[in-house]
Amino acid sequence: MEKIFKTHPIEAWLLIIIIATSAVLSMLSVQYFTLVNAFDLLNSISINVIFAVGLLVVLISGGIDISFAVAASVIQYVAFYVLSYLGGGNWFIGIIVAGGLGVILGAINAGLIHYFRIISIVVTIATFNIFFGLLMFLTKGVYLYDLPDWWANRVIIFEHEMANGTWAELTLPAVIMFGAISATWFLITYTSIGRQIYAFGDNPEGARRIGINVVAVQFIAYGWMGMMAGIGGLMQAHFMQEIVPNALIGRELDVLAAVVLGGATLGGGRGTVMGCVLGVLLMAIIQNGLNLLGVTPFAFKAIVGVIILLAITLSNVSFVELRAYLRMKRGQ
Amino acid sequence: MIPVIQLSNISKTFGGVRALINIDFEVMPGEVHCLAGENGCGKSTLIKIISGVYTPDPGANFTLMGQEHKTLSPAQARRIGVGVIWQDHALFPEMSVAENIAIESFVGLKSKLVRHKNIKDVAQKVCERLGVSFDLDAQVKTLPIAQKQLIAICRVLVSDARIVFMDEPTASLTQSETKHLLDVVRTLTAENVAVVFVSHRLAEVLEIADRVTVLRDGKKVGVYDASEMTLAKLTEKMTGLTINPAVVGQNLTKNETVLEVKQISRTGEYKDISFSIARGEVVGITGLLGAGRTELALSLFGMTRPEQGQIYLDGKAVKFKSNLEAISSGVAYVSEDRLSLGLIQDQSIENNLISTVLDKTIVCGGLLSFKKKKAIVGHWIKELSVKLGSTSDAISTLSGGNQQKVAIAKWLATKPKLLILDAPTVGVDIGAREGIFKIVRDLASKGLSILLISDEVSEVYFNSNRVLHMSNGCIQKEYVPARCNISELEDAIYGKNI
Repeated sequence: MEKIFKTHPIEAWLLIIIIATSAVLSMLSVQYFTLVNAFDLLNSISINVIFAVGLLVVLISGGIDISFAVAASVIQYVAFYVLSYLGGGNWFIGIIVAGGLGVILGAINAGLIHYFRIISIVVTIATFNIFFGLLMFLTKGVYLYDLPDWWANRVIIFEHEMANGTWAELTLPAVIMFGAISATWFLITYTSIGRQIYAFGDNPEGARRIGINVVAVQFIAYGWMGMMAGIGGLMQAHFMQEIVPNALIGRELDVLAAVVLGGATLGGGRGTVMGCVLGVLLMAIIQNGLNLLGVTPFAFKAIVGVIILLAITLSNVSFVELRAYLRMKRGQ
Repeated sequence: MIPVIQLSNISKTFGGVRALINIDFEVMPGEVHCLAGENGCGKSTLIKIISGVYTPDPGANFTLMGQEHKTLSPAQARRIGVGVIWQDHALFPEMSVAENIAIESFVGLKSKLVRHKNIKDVAQKVCERLGVSFDLDAQVKTLPIAQKQLIAICRVLVSDARIVFMDEPTASLTQSETKHLLDVVRTLTAENVAVVFVSHRLAEVLEIADRVTVLRDGKKVGVYDASEMTLAKLTEKMTGLTINPAVVGQNLTKNETVLEVKQISRTGEYKDISFSIARGEVVGITGLLGAGRTELALSLFGMTRPEQGQIYLDGKAVKFKSNLEAISSGVAYVSEDRLSLGLIQDQSIENNLISTVLDKTIVCGGLLSFKKKKAIVGHWIKELSVKLGSTSDAISTLSGGNQQKVAIAKWLATKPKLLILDAPTVGVDIGAREGIFKIVRDLASKGLSILLISDEVSEVYFNSNRVLHMSNGCIQKEYVPARCNISELEDAIYGKNI
């Protein structure tokens, strides 16, 4: 236990807070600690988690991407037309098309960042505006309702009838989420390029000197983000059964907050898939809890803001230092 | 025996400035070769050329391991066996020790998977070969600087380096750590790996090196057997001057005390520091990097607060809440890192100079008066004889020495009682250094109290009335240059018989 706190303090803390929050919520609300609610939670966080693991890779590489949520909207529209051109498609083709389009949009970001030497936040704010502006201009803001059946119909992977007659259902987005988590974890832990992304984010100059392929690092990081944006967009349209041009706008900041809560930093070189997932989960549990307790949704944003500030302050001051400091104060 | 590396006719020009002029350089296998020279003589440029980071001017010849090359890329240099340990180590602080050591074994190989056990094995093997041990899973950022140095050495050995360049490897090491490093160097040479040392700690250089190549102003002065060299001879070759300086003799401690520090401490930075500076006195602080010198200076300047103890200025107890209070009480601090902290490189000389005294150039309505600005700037440029084209040129167009003068002038303009100079000659060439110290002595003779911080022992020795030796956050001993030998001080800092 001690060891986990030393090597993965943020993940350990998040886990403790999640368990504590869940314990409190299950005492306050009988609905909380049920399989139905657990599966609902998994289904509802799946899209944010898919976005989050993509963003994690970009943050580890020392960059940031503000444009991914609108990129996902763009991909929804383009994928819709590409798939109908291909005669309707299916899940397999859908994921390939959406993921591929995402990689292309990510590569645009990476290219601008690398070849024009513009910092990532400026590039992605610009592409955010370009993507969104073009989307609204070209689609004139039309909603799309006539999704193909495979896309719009719910896919239940696992279901279980509860004693009271309700159904606990695990749906496709949750399964895709597990796929995204595993793939990202494999990428950043077990591939050479994944470790180079860490190294580059940690010390870019040092990375250049030992001959790390900087171009590859940038394109893979933003390409991965783009791919996850595409797949996440596909899932969001599936979830809502419609495509709305501004449905995802603003999502980038929610996801960014969750990833940062999970221990990634804007400075690069830090962050784990575990922390990232726990970050999204904690946000969702708090929202879920507040809903169950009947707190107004407007309070939610403010509470999330406070949590982020607390988490960042605590992660800058390690627990051990804090304890030593308090002891010293008391000693005086 | 053929040389590991033989370079001839190496020149390098940076936008009209010739950093290296027709250098020849060779290193034999298993040799410890020292590359000596003042700051800015071209040592780092030469290393960057040999490691492929810079391309030399046309006409250069490389012979590495008996093979001729016309050009060299970083990847090529590494493949041939050139390893460089940079001064900042270029490590990855968030990653584990094992990954830092073995990183080159998985870089550049596309789509290859990383086996973490393999990495540990590679790292372990190198550690055993060097006779060092680490917790291979620890994050590098948690380790002390001496260990980082050893990790950097392990890293170049993973790629089977035949020649290892070490850029100022001992700058931040204590005596026993240096000793360990030198043992490691001997282990390497026993395996026929050549080691090129870049260091300005001359005593240690002569101790370990077989040969010394001296550079001055981008030219090669010569190659000498270390056994034939003495400290004095080597200094003369490096500087081109027969330096015969005199120490500052007067004892000024009877003057009224300007700064008095009583037993101040700050956790992890400095401990139980007591000393005083009298009017017109120059007090030097020297010691290894990381001794806590800059941390102490920052507290005197109000940037941090001592947790215990008391600071007195002109006999009055002061507790600065910020450096604004320190400045208005008459403390000025010329920071150690001129490039990133001391001066705003893209701004003009005049704007840099008046940045501390903007309030004095304000006329009615809070607007800046250009007339007052010109007057202040003109006064200090003349006073410190700064050589410049126009005061509206960017500060980055000036030489290191003149930049430092502007940095000093900027603080003198605040009319301080106490001037803290932190490493004032870093990046300043030898001729200009004298100019800076002349200013220091002039200012002191006009009654300014000066705290001079430097890791160049000779600088503090020859320019201070008293010298404090600091190590591990404590003041170890006070030396009066007029009454002691410089070698006494050097022995105290670096330790005898390395």
